[in-house]
Amino acid sequence: MVEVNPNLQLRAEVKNLSFSYSTEKKVLNSVSMPIYDTKVTALIGPSGCGKTTLLRCFNRMHDLYKVKEYQGEITLYPEQMNILSKDIDPIEVRMRIGMVFQKPNPFPKTIFENVVYGLRVRGVKKTSFIQERCEKALQQAGLWDEVKDRLNSSAQMLSGGQQQRLCIARALATEPEVLLLDEPTSALDPISTAHVEELIIELKKDVTIVIVTHNLHQAARVSDYTAFMYLGDLIEYGPTTKIFTNPADKRTESYITGRFG
Amino acid sequence: MQQEVRNRKRKDLIFALAGLFSLVFAICTLLVLVLDLWTTGFGRIDYNFLTSFPSRFPAKAGILSAWVGSLCVMLVTAFVAIPIGIAAGVYLEEYAPKNWLTTIIELNITNLAGIPSITFGLMALGLFVYKLQLGQSILTAGLTLALLILPIIIVTTRESIRAIPGTIREAAYAMGASKWQMIQHHLLPYSAGGIITGVIISLSRAIGETAPLITIGALTFIAFLPTSPILHEAPFISFQWLKDSFTVLPIQMFNWVSRPQAEFHVNAAATGLILLLLTLVMNGIAIAIRYRFRKKIKW
Ligand SMILES: Nc1ncnc2c1ncn2[C@@H]1O[C@H](COP(=O)(O)OP(=O)(O)O)[C@@H](O)[C@H]1O
Ligand SMILES: [Mg+2]
Repeated sequence: MVEVNPNLQLRAEVKNLSFSYSTEKKVLNSVSMPIYDTKVTALIGPSGCGKTTLLRCFNRMHDLYKVKEYQGEITLYPEQMNILSKDIDPIEVRMRIGMVFQKPNPFPKTIFENVVYGLRVRGVKKTSFIQERCEKALQQAGLWDEVKDRLNSSAQMLSGGQQQRLCIARALATEPEVLLLDEPTSALDPISTAHVEELIIELKKDVTIVIVTHNLHQAARVSDYTAFMYLGDLIEYGPTTKIFTNPADKRTESYITGRFG
Repeated sequence: MQQEVRNRKRKDLIFALAGLFSLVFAICTLLVLVLDLWTTGFGRIDYNFLTSFPSRFPAKAGILSAWVGSLCVMLVTAFVAIPIGIAAGVYLEEYAPKNWLTTIIELNITNLAGIPSITFGLMALGLFVYKLQLGQSILTAGLTLALLILPIIIVTTRESIRAIPGTIREAAYAMGASKWQMIQHHLLPYSAGGIITGVIISLSRAIGETAPLITIGALTFIAFLPTSPILHEAPFISFQWLKDSFTVLPIQMFNWVSRPQAEFHVNAAATGLILLLLTLVMNGIAIAIRYRFRKKIKW
C-alpha cells in the first residue's frame, strides 16, 4: 500500500482503481497512488502494462468508447470529487484536466485556432482575452518566438516537434489543473525531445503533471515521483530518486537496470 | 529457371496488353459517342435554341422549358436531399447505437443506392402523386430524385467522416468539447470536401434521370414556364411553381428522338450535348473541390 506524504499538497488520489476493456482480463488491477500538487509524476513500465489506460482514466477518455466500468475512485482535490463517478459529466472533468497525446494531433486549422480551441469550446468571446491567452500558452510551450509571425498559417505546416509543443500549448491555454502527457516525445527527434523536457520542468511551477514515458532517462530527468507498473499492477511508487537508486522491489530493480522492458 | 522467369514475364506482358486494349476500347467508344453528338448537335446550339419553347417545327423548337424545368427540379432535389442526407450520415456514423437494427439500416441504404431508378418512380407515383396528392409537379419530381440520390449522399457523408482520424476526435474531446461541438467544429469542416463532391456527383446523376420522371407523369411537351417565384405585391414570394407541371432536358431529348423527322434528331443531339457538358462541368467542379481540400488537409 502506498503511503501518502502528509507534508505535500494532494492534487488527486487514485484509490483501488481497476479497469478492463473486456470482461476477460483486467488491465488495471486495484491501483492506488497519490498525485501531488505541482509535481511531475512519471508512470513507467514495460509496454502493455497499462500506463496509457491509467492515464486515460484521469480525463475519462474511455467513456468515448463502448460502455466501460471503472471500479475504484480518482479523487480530485481540493474538493475531493470522485471524477470517475457516474454522476460527473466527463466533459466537466476534461475541462479541468488537459491531455497531450503520444502522436502530435493538431487540428487542420490555423496555429491560432488550435491554441484557443479550448476557449472556443467554453464559449469565451472576448478577443483581447483570447489573444492574451494564446500568447501566454505559446510562451509556456516555448513556441511563441517560432510562430508569432504566422499565427494564421496552418498548424500542419509545423514540424513534428513544433506540432507537439503546439498541442501542449493547446492544452495549457485553458489553464488545466492537471496535465496528462502520454509519451509526449516518443514521436520526436532528440532536439525536440530535449525542448519538451525543459518545458515540463518549467511547467510544473504552475501545473500538476502526470507523464507516461517509455524512456527511463526521461523519467529520471523530469519527474519528482515515479510509479512503476507491471501487468496492470502498481509495483512500486515513490520519489524518483529513491525508485532509481534504491528500489524496494526486485521487479522494479530489474526493469530500471534494463533487464527487461 | 530462366525459362520459368521468361514464362512469368510473358504472362505479365499479356495481361498488360489486355488491360491496355480494354482501356483504349472504352475510351474510343466514349470519344465516338461524344464526337457524334458534337458533329450532329453543336451547330444547332444558339441563343434561340436556349430561349424557345418546343414547337411542331424543328427549326423553331428550343429547350427553354426543359432547362428551366431541370433547374427547378434540381433546386427541390438539392434542398431536400442535402440536409437530410448529411444529417442521416452524421447520425449513422456518430450517434446511432451499434446494434443489429443499425446494421440492417446501413445495409439497406447501401442497397438502395443500387436499385433501378424506375422503381423510385413507381414508389413516387403511389406515394407523392396518389396518396399525398402532390400532382405531377416539380415538387413531386424533386422529391423523387431526392429519394434517388439520398443513399449516395448518406454513403459519401459517412465515408468522408470516417476518413477523419480518431486522434483528431480524441483531441477535440480532450479539450472538453461536447459531441455536437466536435461534429460542428471538426467532422463537418474536415469532411466538407468529400461531402460536397458526393453531393455534386449525385446531382449530376439526378439531372440525367429520365425513367422515374416519366413514371410519375412528366409531360413531354411543355410550352410555358413555371409560375414566377417573385410577385409584384405582398408577400412578394410565391411557391406556386412547385405545383406546376414540367419537363426536363432528358425527357425533351427523349421526346425528340422518338419523332420520325431527322431535324428533330438534330435537336435531340444538341440537347444531349448540353446535358453531357452540364454533367462534365459538374464532375469537373467536384474534382476541383476534392483536390483543393486534399491539398489543404493532410492526415
Ligand atoms: N482499446 C483497447 N481495447 C482492448 N484492449 C486494449 C485497448 N487498449 C489497450 N488494450 C490492452 O490493455 C493493455 C494495456 O495497454 P496500454 O494501457 O496501452 O499499455 P501501455 O500504455 O503501458 O503500453 C494491453 O494489454 C493492451 O493490449
Ligand atoms: Mg501507451
